Amino acid sequence: MPSPVTDFFESLRDRAHSALAGGGKAGKVTIQVGSATCEHAAGSLDVLDEFTKHIQSSGSDGIVIHKTGCTGRCSKEPIVGIFIPGQAPVKYERVNRELVHEIFTKHIQKGIPLPEHALDGSLDRKDGPEKSGKTSISKHFSDMYGDVSFFTAQNRVAMRHSGVLDPESLEEYISLDGFKALATVLSKSDPEWVINEVLKARLRGRGGGGFMTGQKWKFASQNEEKTRYIICNGDEGDPGAFMDRGMLESDPFSVLEGMIIGAYAIGAGKGFWYIRAEYPLAIKRIQNAIDLCKAAGLLGKDIMGSGWDFEMEIRLGAGAFVCGEETALIRSIEGERGQPKVRPPFPTTRGLWGKPTCINNVETFANITAIINHGGEWFASVGTEESGGTKVFALAGKVKHTGLVEVPLGTPLRDVVFGIGGGVQDDRPLKAIQTGGPAGGFIPASMDTLAVDFGPLSKVGSIMGSGGMIVLSEDDCIVDISKFYLSFTQEESCGKCTPCREGTTRMLEILERITGGSAVLEDLDKLERLARLCQQTALCGLGRAAPNPILSSLKHFREEYIEHIEGKTCRAKKCVAMIHFEINAEACIGCTACVRNCPVNCIAGQRKEAHSIDQSRCVKCGQCFDFCRFNAVERK
Amino acid sequence: MNHQTSTTDNWEAIRAACLDVLPAHIIAFIEQNQDMEHSEGQLIAVLHMVQAHFGFLGQDTMHAVAQLAQIPLAKVTGVATFYHYFRLQPRGKHMINVCLGTACYVKGAEKVAQRLMDELGIHFGETTRDGLFSLDSTRCLGTCGLAPVVMVDNQVFGPLTPTDVSVLLAKYVKKEKVAAE
Repeated sequence: MPSPVTDFFESLRDRAHSALAGGGKAGKVTIQVGSATCEHAAGSLDVLDEFTKHIQSSGSDGIVIHKTGCTGRCSKEPIVGIFIPGQAPVKYERVNRELVHEIFTKHIQKGIPLPEHALDGSLDRKDGPEKSGKTSISKHFSDMYGDVSFFTAQNRVAMRHSGVLDPESLEEYISLDGFKALATVLSKSDPEWVINEVLKARLRGRGGGGFMTGQKWKFASQNEEKTRYIICNGDEGDPGAFMDRGMLESDPFSVLEGMIIGAYAIGAGKGFWYIRAEYPLAIKRIQNAIDLCKAAGLLGKDIMGSGWDFEMEIRLGAGAFVCGEETALIRSIEGERGQPKVRPPFPTTRGLWGKPTCINNVETFANITAIINHGGEWFASVGTEESGGTKVFALAGKVKHTGLVEVPLGTPLRDVVFGIGGGVQDDRPLKAIQTGGPAGGFIPASMDTLAVDFGPLSKVGSIMGSGGMIVLSEDDCIVDISKFYLSFTQEESCGKCTPCREGTTRMLEILERITGGSAVLEDLDKLERLARLCQQTALCGLGRAAPNPILSSLKHFREEYIEHIEGKTCRAKKCVAMIHFEINAEACIGCTACVRNCPVNCIAGQRKEAHSIDQSRCVKCGQCFDFCRFNAVERK
Repeated sequence: MNHQTSTTDNWEAIRAACLDVLPAHIIAFIEQNQDMEHSEGQLIAVLHMVQAHFGFLGQDTMHAVAQLAQIPLAKVTGVATFYHYFRLQPRGKHMINVCLGTACYVKGAEKVAQRLMDELGIHFGETTRDGLFSLDSTRCLGTCGLAPVVMVDNQVFGPLTPTDVSVLLAKYVKKEKVAAE
């Protein structure tokens, strides 16, 4: 049945298609270059510049450059894709200026690909999407990357457009079913239907809390107060987590469309983006998306001819980790110090300026359009009984392939770390997997078959969190890493409540004593008691979760703490106070590499004679250990 | 709740004083928001603009923001000090960080630091009068092999003797002089 909304959408789509056909990639060679903060840091701007120069000097008008977002394959960036009409796309990894020249002159101009530089070292489409058994909802993505096992082992929903779409082009987004979901929602004109679909999808908040999104929306929509707000939480502060930045930079329109749909469902007239000031490119791309949507009638007054009005604006964070907590975030938007408030009342009851407010994470919004387009039941079928859909993780630490990975909830941790991540670096034994950043905990290697889902993770003392996943090998000291996380939360504690302000400081002092070799066993009980106290009595999520790394490591790795205290030994040889370096005279060939590189000149020995270290002057910097190619330097 | 623009007798004088301190685009932003609902929520945005313009939040600029936006100075200062992103001290054109990690310390970082302080006439955390250099110390930069090291902006120099430091500083000063001419 034609309605103003469907008419609007069809004409929008026709215009987008004709604009794209006019700008024309059809029949031309397309060079696809990733363009996000991480790609830029890896040198993709140089690559872009070099390709532009080459195209200009070749004088050919049959070659176009296509800037896209980031695929999440961090360790191989910058990645370049070459499409020659009628041929399978070829992807190259770690491209630099010299390689651009080679690709251009050999592959593009002579048609000879360079297998030695291909992504993951192969040009064979050996395990295409049809063989992987996983279905991708983005044909576009699987056409492009369907032959790379790093991607086929994933299931991309929230990140379905990341790395294939130009994040600054509204037309491209519309050509990939963009704003179809919003058109569906507005032409149904039934907010309750939207909430029911999201409830059916069993979508849980991706920011860390894991609260049912549909439930949250329902609470806000049932409030008597009619002035309501919706907020997108892009204050991603976990050290080592960059999922939200990835999505904001690579697919801003999906997040924006999800947010408009959320606003419609709860009846909000105004929305805010709260994004870290440290993410300038994400801010720029979201502002660009807002401006383009406004001009196209997708935001502002009478959206898509439906008669419904909705506005949004960006508010910048200013470097406070605690502002990721929803009540602190609200205070920050109000222009106050970002200190949390007691809940209840929850923001859905009394939020921004006292009005009902829904705060959802970037990834949560990125899933909404997929739920509307493919149905809540489909989304639920991807995940587990408990929670539907997928989760994006920032896989890092001692893992071979670092990057952003998206897997269905319920996937065993093992499949993520070994299947997609390729296993532990240098094939060292896996020690533990840390999830949830400073608010999360450690999962020992023996539990690597555990399913990634909200329930199972919290049962073993960790949390899903926003999606940080750090792989630790036998070379990492659990006590040392716990100390690292605690020093982070201690520094970020806002100081409002005593358990967190004082508790984190005292716990850090105890951990410093343990790693420094001056602790006694009694300290361990104190540490545990303090951790539980902080967990139970702190005001907000930051304080309550701050002891998680300690409690989970005490649960699974208590013996390591005891070794530090009683034996004054660190089995990972990380805690400087407990190790010293020695040179094994039999293995030393007298190459003087250590002598030359010792920063404090405390290694004695002539060429072809065994060297020795003067322990009284050694600062334990480990340079000699790193420089020795004969394994003669030993950490003891 | 929005702030009504003040109607006190001396408002014109107060506004004129603010105009002397803040650039026109920030004044325009504050005044344009003033009569809107929840205008005080723009405080952080205003502080971002001030820092982008001046490089830091000074006493005078925060005072002008407080006056013009009709927000107590205590609150403006409270917000500015809460967020790590805001700096209250000006930063020089070049940031000099002396590594005081163990390896550098043992190799004489202290002497290097002392020479820097003598030559620049400032201590850690301060900026030279001409605004060219800020000096600070840092924990290990992870370049122990080059100890003792100094990081100027994003470039690491090492190993350095106090004499090397004087030469290095002179190079930067010369570069600035050439640029100025």
